[in-house]
Amino acid sequence: MLIQHVFIINRAGSLIYDWDSKVDCTGVEKTFSYPLDIVLDIIDQKVTVVFGERDGIGLRYTVSAINGIPVQACKVIFDGVEKMVLDVIQEEANYPLSIRFQSPTITTNEKIILSSTFHSLYTIAAQLSPALKSSGIEVLTTNHFKLYCYQSTTGVKFVVVGSLSLSSGVDGLLRRIYELYADFALKNPFYSIDMPIRCQRFDDAVRSLIERQDKFSMLTI
Amino acid sequence: MSKQTKFPMGIDSKKISGELFALTYGALVAELLRDLENPLAVNRQLDKMGYNIGLRLADDLLAKNSQIQRCTDMHQVADVLAKIAVRSYLGVTAQVSNWNSRNDEFSLVLDANPLAEFVEVPPELAQDLRYSQILCGAIRGALEMMHMEVQTFIVQEHSQSVEIRVKFIRILQESVPPGDD
Repeated sequence: MLIQHVFIINRAGSLIYDWDSKVDCTGVEKTFSYPLDIVLDIIDQKVTVVFGERDGIGLRYTVSAINGIPVQACKVIFDGVEKMVLDVIQEEANYPLSIRFQSPTITTNEKIILSSTFHSLYTIAAQLSPALKSSGIEVLTTNHFKLYCYQSTTGVKFVVVGSLSLSSGVDGLLRRIYELYADFALKNPFYSIDMPIRCQRFDDAVRSLIERQDKFSMLTI
Repeated sequence: MSKQTKFPMGIDSKKISGELFALTYGALVAELLRDLENPLAVNRQLDKMGYNIGLRLADDLLAKNSQIQRCTDMHQVADVLAKIAVRSYLGVTAQVSNWNSRNDEFSLVLDANPLAEFVEVPPELAQDLRYSQILCGAIRGALEMMHMEVQTFIVQEHSQSVEIRVKFIRILQESVPPGDD
C-alpha cells in the first residue's frame, strides 16, 4: 500500500475523518532469560521499548502480553496476583519469561491531537512565509514517508500520508477526495457540517478511490 | 452532481430533474403558505432553507470547478455567480448589471427563472411573497462559506426572469483560512 493515511481536518482544526490502510499489527513474541537486555519504560501508560533494539523488536514497541496473559494498563495477572509489568520483569525468579511485543500504533485520540497540531503548524508556516499569499504546507517529506496537504478555499484540509515513492497524481487524488466530501458528506442532509463524518457511502467511495489510485501508481512506477 | 442513478439510454438526467425540482419547490412554497399563513414568514423560511443549502453547495461548486480561486473583490464574485454557479445549478445564464459607485453592490439578473416556470402568483400574495427567495438564501450561505458576509434580496421576479441584488457587507476575518489573507 502506497497510501497509509487519509485525514480530513475541519476549519477549526479538528479531525473529522480518518482512513487507515490495513496495517498488519503482528506482534513479536520471544522468550527471554535473566537479565533482560531491553530497556523498558512507561510512556503514555504503555510499557514501551526505549533502548536496545533487537530481533525485530524496535523502539516504541509496546509489551502486549507476558506468558500469554494480556497486559492491561501496565499491569498483568502473574501467578494469580495482579502485578506491575516492570516489577515482574525485574524479578530473576520469574524467568524464563515469554514477552509479546506489539508494533507502535496510533490511537484515534492521538490522531485528533496530531491533526490539531498540524493545523497550527500549517497556520505558522503560512505566516512565516517570506512571500505574500503563501499556500501553507503542501508537501512534507521525511526519510520514511511523505505528507501531502490540500486546503480548500473554504478552509477544509485534506491530508494524505504515503510512502516516498508516491509522487504522481496526488494532487488529483486530493481533489477527488474533496469532491467525495462535497458529494457524500455535505449533500447528506443528516450530516451536520464540521462534525465527524460517519457515512458508509463516503467510506466506500474513499476506499475504492484509494484502491484505484494504488493500482495506478503500481503501474507507473 | 454525482451520477449515482442510472437513467435509460437517451434520457438526460439533468433535464428530468429540472422539472421535478420546479414542481417540488412549488409544492414546498404552497405547503409553507398553508402552514404559516403569512407570506412574509414564508419568505423568511425560504431564505433560511436556501442559506442551509448554500452552506453545503459552496464546497460542491469549488470541488468541481478547480479554476475558481478565492475572490478578492465583488467583480470576481459576480463573475463566478453569473458564469459558473447559476449555469451549473439552475441551467440558465445570468447577467450582472447596475453596479453602484462603490463597486460593492450589483444586480444578478437570471435570464429565466427555472423555479417559477409554471407559476402564477395570486394577486393578493404578489405584493409580499418572494417566490424565489430561496435563491437569495443560497447565495448568502455559499458566500459565507467563502468568508464574505453579503445582503441579498429580490428586486423583481416573474417567470421570465428574476433580479437579485447582492450587497457586500464585510469579510468574515475569523473564518478566513491561513495563507489566504
